Amino acid sequence: MIEISGVSYRIGGARILDGINLTLPKGGISALIGPNGAGKSTLLSLIARLMPHQTGTITVDNLVVGACPNNTFARKLAILPQASDAAPLLSVRELVGFGRYPYHKGRPSAEDHAKVERALATFGLTDLAARRLDTLSGGQRQRAQVAMTYAQDTDYILLDEPLNNLDIAASRSLMRVLRDLAASQGRTIVIVLHDINYAAAYADLIVAMKGGRIVATGTPDDIVTEAVVREVFETDPKIHRIDGKVIIEV
Amino acid sequence: MLAVLLMACMAGYLTLGARGNWDFVLPFRGNKLVALVIVAVAISTATVLFQTITHNRILTPAIMGFDALYVLILTVQIYALGAQEYVRLSQSGQFIANVVLMLIAALALFGTLLSKTRNDLMRMVLTGIIIAVLLRAVTGFLQRVIDPSEYAVVQVASFARFARIEVELLAVAAVMTCSALAVTWRMRHRLDVLALGETAAINLGETPKRSMFQILVVIAVLVSVSTALVGPMGFLGLLVVSLAHLVTPTASHATLLLSAALISALTLVGGQFVLERVLGMSTPLIVVIDVIGGVVFLILLLKRKYR
Ligand SMILES: Nc1ncnc2c1ncn2[C@@H]1O[C@H](COP(=O)(O)OP(=O)(O)OP(=O)(O)O)[C@@H](O)[C@H]1O
Ligand SMILES: [Mg+2]
Repeated sequence: MIEISGVSYRIGGARILDGINLTLPKGGISALIGPNGAGKSTLLSLIARLMPHQTGTITVDNLVVGACPNNTFARKLAILPQASDAAPLLSVRELVGFGRYPYHKGRPSAEDHAKVERALATFGLTDLAARRLDTLSGGQRQRAQVAMTYAQDTDYILLDEPLNNLDIAASRSLMRVLRDLAASQGRTIVIVLHDINYAAAYADLIVAMKGGRIVATGTPDDIVTEAVVREVFETDPKIHRIDGKVIIEV
Repeated sequence: MLAVLLMACMAGYLTLGARGNWDFVLPFRGNKLVALVIVAVAISTATVLFQTITHNRILTPAIMGFDALYVLILTVQIYALGAQEYVRLSQSGQFIANVVLMLIAALALFGTLLSKTRNDLMRMVLTGIIIAVLLRAVTGFLQRVIDPSEYAVVQVASFARFARIEVELLAVAAVMTCSALAVTWRMRHRLDVLALGETAAINLGETPKRSMFQILVVIAVLVSVSTALVGPMGFLGLLVVSLAHLVTPTASHATLLLSAALISALTLVGGQFVLERVLGMSTPLIVVIDVIGGVVFLILLLKRKYR
């Protein structure tokens, strides 16, 4: 369980996050949605201790963010940031291999190698494994980053817009992998999505943010309604329900 | 292959063109050779470390003014104590004191600088170069203020001079360099992770801020050692690490540290061998290295190969 209480964040005079209180249940997929600049990435970075938080507390299970040793935390929670500047000299296999670093500290065991190969296979990267990152397309690079996060093999996985640059096959396959991790292994996935159709189809819980606050929390059926979408995004698309599935007009 | 070449140069340096008593020649040249290798490895390692924590390929401790800081500390001491007093101090004791002062000053100065400008490479480059110029200017000013005989002491203590290497310092320098190298080698895997960038490093359980200060300490020790032995070495670090990136294009610090150290030793020992034995010591090696290194620096800047 991730518990966030009384978290605010300011940069200079600007309020980026404003008194966030949020509990994300253990197990399942929670989707974070909201307009550009709502503070989604900031919130994710704070949970993943990429930046020190200024007020309030964040706990992940029994670990207090900021107080627990960094390496312990790296085996509990992994994050895929929105923009990651990976070293171009690495091969795909080397990059994915870094996901195992919290466990082996530079001396990978046979098990670590096996997990890396499994991550490569899961994201269709086996053929590209020896290629250097700077020779890949944007979407292939994104898949390599996702595979690295996957290889870190943590109970909690935070993904900031992982579908960026991915084609429809890769997007659907990633979401299925995540759903499988959540359902069969009890992992907790927190994912920032801009495509509400994906959030509606795969998430167990949707959290809508706007202007540094949380404006709505609930199941896809509660949140993906014309009223909520109009309030959060200030645009009014039609929402259809076909065979029990929610489809939002584009 | 590099190692073999280096061996050949070392052997050549030790034996070629020796006249007279071998019992005298070998230890004499042996000491110089050890000093050259220590300096070479210290500089290449310090440069690799520095480029890793600053995430770029053009900055080196020398360009940012680490060795200028060391010379300034030296000059201030001579200025404050007077040259007579200064030369009377034991060389090793004085050297260790210098290193300690250097550690404090480098952490204060470069620690703050790097923390403040870590997201802005161009600002870091500019501030660093200005700091280096400033340090040299202050040093130059102090050297002009002190009287000529004292100035001679500073000069002896602070110019790149492979012809005369102080042998007493060698043992102390060797011990310090080896400890710094051991520390570096033990963190080679951590360095690989730190090179991925701050967010990735934190995500993988490293602590980039704390590591940066630890690495600055190692750099300060290495730069102090090499500056104390032979004086500022200008563009040597940039030159040899750029070459290492060309010869072994890899993200693995284990490989990079080794190849940079070998290339660096090869450059210094080979260069000194050629200059001293083959060409007959017409120009100091540092001049040649600075010219080539300076050109490399410009090329890197113009080709925008920052990272
Ligand atoms: N370094 C910074 N300085 C000033 N403002 C910042 C800084 N970083 C982020 N912000 C501001 O904080 C707000 C929240 O940013 P954040 O990246 O969390 O948004 P987001 O919800 O992830 O948006 P997006 O959907 O575009 O990724 C934005 O208004 C942004 O302009
Ligand atoms: Mg974002």
